[in-house]
Amino acid sequence: MEDTAVEEPEVSGAAEFAPALVAAHPHGNSVAVAIGPELRAFDLRAGLPVSLSDECGGRSHSDAIRAICFSVSGALFASAGDDKLVKVWKTDSWRCIRTITSEKRVSAVAISINDLYVTFADKFGVVWLVTLWEDSAEQVSVDNKPVSILGHYCSIITSMKFSPDGRFIATADRDFKIRVTLFPKNPLKGAHEIQSFCLGHTDFVSCITFTSISENQSFLISGGGDSTVRLWDYVNGCLLDTFQVRDKMGELLGPNETDDSSLAIADICPSNDGSLVAVAIQSFSGVMLLACDLVGKKLSFLKVITMEKSYIPTSLASSLSSELLWTVMGASNMPNQASSHLLTRVRIITSFQKDRLSSDDAGPATLEDSDVPHDEKLLLALQGSLDVTKQEEVLASVLAALKVSMHKMLVKKHYSEERREQRKRGRNDKKIKN
Amino acid sequence: MTTNGAGGGAKLPRKRFYRARAHSNPLSDSHFPVPISPEEVDLSQHYPRYFPADKGGDGEEAAAPRRIRFADVGCGFGGLLVGLSPLFPDTLMIGMELRDKVTEYVKERILALRAANPGQYDNISVVRTNSMKYIPNYFRKAQLTKMFFLFPDPHFKEKNHRRRVISMQLLDEYAYVMEVGGIIYTITDVEELGEWMRSCLEKHPLFETVPEEEIKADPVFKLLSTATEESQKVARNGGQTFHAIFRRISLQEE
Repeated sequence: MEDTAVEEPEVSGAAEFAPALVAAHPHGNSVAVAIGPELRAFDLRAGLPVSLSDECGGRSHSDAIRAICFSVSGALFASAGDDKLVKVWKTDSWRCIRTITSEKRVSAVAISINDLYVTFADKFGVVWLVTLWEDSAEQVSVDNKPVSILGHYCSIITSMKFSPDGRFIATADRDFKIRVTLFPKNPLKGAHEIQSFCLGHTDFVSCITFTSISENQSFLISGGGDSTVRLWDYVNGCLLDTFQVRDKMGELLGPNETDDSSLAIADICPSNDGSLVAVAIQSFSGVMLLACDLVGKKLSFLKVITMEKSYIPTSLASSLSSELLWTVMGASNMPNQASSHLLTRVRIITSFQKDRLSSDDAGPATLEDSDVPHDEKLLLALQGSLDVTKQEEVLASVLAALKVSMHKMLVKKHYSEERREQRKRGRNDKKIKN
Repeated sequence: MTTNGAGGGAKLPRKRFYRARAHSNPLSDSHFPVPISPEEVDLSQHYPRYFPADKGGDGEEAAAPRRIRFADVGCGFGGLLVGLSPLFPDTLMIGMELRDKVTEYVKERILALRAANPGQYDNISVVRTNSMKYIPNYFRKAQLTKMFFLFPDPHFKEKNHRRRVISMQLLDEYAYVMEVGGIIYTITDVEELGEWMRSCLEKHPLFETVPEEEIKADPVFKLLSTATEESQKVARNGGQTFHAIFRRISLQEE
């Protein structure tokens, strides 16, 4: 009957592909890149690559990492993915202080504002919570098992963030929804009170982020498979503005490139003053910058930073204290990919702030490799290689996969009427004649 | 199946032509249109008397736009809606049903009732949808005053318990669309499911029990066990029913 693997989301082979991720320490101390099962971090203050020590849980990640994040304080870092592990690291020593086992693969991870809790979402759409202990030397308490606090029924959660004041947790899913839930003082009993639903996307929501102009006023920005970036008043579930990336891309690229499914938003990242939003678009070799007017509550086009044709960013990150926008391109779990080929390409955009646009220099621009902070050491550590030509081959295949993958991964496969009838013939549970 | 014009020509649809299996797979994304948000629900399709099509779908221009207040989740052949309609003639109610043929039956039934009884049954309608996934698409926050879950699929196997329409997870969403003070009605003839639903509601912080005296005084309560085809079948077989009726409360957060 319904017992056949209905629990597996319907995805094709290309969906096993896992994009490279980047995250930046909020105070600019370090930057981390995740590619496949590998975590690579670089200490920007010391100018040296980080060596991660992972003795807890007995193993480092053994399968693709799907989500990484720094906590708002910068003290903690979390990584989680297909190996059903969530790892929590202290960012001063880069030691893993907790390894949490999930029953299912993990699609999103977040750390609460006060560094007390880690939440992670599994592929059934359930969000679990674990309490962290302050003292990293303590043994992990055996009863500290993950508790489920909320769920998006039968959906995959693509992005999960805490609001800056810690009052809310926002979760976005592939079924076009964004849910904003009150995060209670005692979350172990669950987060049952929904504040709002932010509904408006007409395709999967790929990424959400909070942005604010002042301490009291923050907003939610989201990007989706419908090729839009939206601004929300999340307390009331109101859509404030929608930016149609497709229209702009049509102007910039011309008609041959504007295939709908390849214009999904891959990632978004706000600047530290809330005035800009950087947008990574699925098949666009560059970054689009939008002006974010939080007073007038509007999003508008600012400029496009084009990079070399073979570079499509899969993930974006910035820190609160610097004007750098980190971008990374890469993928793992590709067919025919040897493990030695876990290469990524890192490009940095500088002057990622609104007020730099009107000044005499060119404003936001991509840094040359030689101008990257700690240049070669950083690039080698995060990319895995300095050899650009070797990278080009690998990244070309990544490029091709990127163009179709996101759509396949998140959009539930719909079979045509004939195919469905054909599939039904394989069923062996028919009891009633219609 | 078309109904004739007003007057004696409207015949009630024959269930025989709308037979469907009792179970439908709620996990498969069937191909029915889903409104992106409650603002997109076209009420003129459902309640033409109150929302004439030419004036726009959702009656927003009225001073206080009418909203749907009662939802029958898994309404089956529509028995409860038909029973509730005359009890609350000014309240808009909707049934939500996953099965295509059954939804068509209910649509035809309502049209026929409206034709045969002018001025009545204008306040009920049905929509084909998966209420486990799309309730927030149809209803705004705190919109509903009553929600009904009559004889839901028990999903006996433990691994299928997560498909039950009442669960801690889904109660979050039902609480969201219900106003404080609103009532949730559940009834089943399967004892284990009855215990499960009661237990979920008891554990959920946003619901509290409605005392028995209040339940007995509620004119709606009697309908739960008499109005629907399923309940009539249970009564015919001399079965027992288990109800859990709870009120949506607000949390006092300190």
